[in-house]
Amino acid sequence: MDLILIFISAAVINNYVLVSFLGICPFIGVSKKLGSAVSMGMATTFVMTITAAVTWLLNKYILVGLHLEFLQIVSFILVIASLVQLVEMFIKKVSRPLYDALGIFLPLITTNCAILGLALFLVMKQYNFVESIVFGFASGAGFTLALVIMAGIREELELADVPEPFKGAPITLIVAGCLALAFMGFSGLI
Amino acid sequence: MAKSKISVTQEFLKGLWNENPILRMVLGTCPTLAVTTSAINGVTMGLAVIFTLVMSSMMISLLRKLIPNEVRIATFIIIIATFVTVADRVLAAFYPEMSKALGPFVPLIVVNCIVFARQEAFASKNPVGRSVIDALGMSVGFTLVLLIMGSFRELIGNGTIFSHQIMPLSFQPWMAIALQPGAFLTLGFIIGFTNWLNTKRK
Repeated sequence: MDLILIFISAAVINNYVLVSFLGICPFIGVSKKLGSAVSMGMATTFVMTITAAVTWLLNKYILVGLHLEFLQIVSFILVIASLVQLVEMFIKKVSRPLYDALGIFLPLITTNCAILGLALFLVMKQYNFVESIVFGFASGAGFTLALVIMAGIREELELADVPEPFKGAPITLIVAGCLALAFMGFSGLI
Repeated sequence: MAKSKISVTQEFLKGLWNENPILRMVLGTCPTLAVTTSAINGVTMGLAVIFTLVMSSMMISLLRKLIPNEVRIATFIIIIATFVTVADRVLAAFYPEMSKALGPFVPLIVVNCIVFARQEAFASKNPVGRSVIDALGMSVGFTLVLLIMGSFRELIGNGTIFSHQIMPLSFQPWMAIALQPGAFLTLGFIIGFTNWLNTKRK
């Protein structure tokens, strides 16, 4: 039951993009086409789930165990960067179609603040190992949800008559504001 | 490098308007949206970014001839992360409440595209003095936008600026602007407005 609660709260109520403001860059950059939004969401969810597991172990057994908590930021970013590289090599070897589908999006994930944010949130929330993995997966699912909704809206928006200065980023931000308003309705869920 | 053509003042000023990281390049939007719930939060975040960006630009510019090209990105990240850790610890030690209010966004300066972009595009190719000026201009431009957004959202959402009552007491605060939707809407309109100003000027 707890796990379901964690899932719903991370995926919808505290949605990474629309409520916690993490991962806005890919949200604006990659939400033009539905197809690439789905790929980006999948890649991010994948990396987030693994990051949750690895940083949990790293934090519990190395950083806290050796009283090196001040190294959290440096070690997390290094672990994430090398993890993304490893995942990329692994996918390339094991599943060529998946690798082609994710394409350029995998390396880009390193600089996605949602991943480092996830690692930092996990330290604050003090979940156990299984809860952390569920939290990581749910965060990724929430990110994908927001990205896909946004891409759907933006494909329609192409046809709309937007004033010239508002084309591109501004109108996307304003639409995101309306979406965030809608997502606030979920906060009564739990 | 044709960099010597523009003067030091212009180097500083370009960060404020022409190449403003938030308004013109739409970089570093996550902290911009998240911490501007009040003016003071925005300014504190801005100061943290000024510190990090200036210090790491100086360091990377000093080391630019020693860093091998292949491992430059990893080196940049470690240098940036070091200064971010310093800023984060100082904030947590002296202003614990502010550190709580900013949440994970001070540590997240590490992956802030603005900091990284300046290292890659400028500090790794230019002498120390210019890199510091460039870093100062960019981070002050960033802070200004945070200040404007923070003041606006605090004013509409709470009736105050820097906790001073500005609006008449009968003013009904518009809570949504201080919450998440307001962040997106405010930034969207500010960027739209600057685009409009720029097309006007041409």
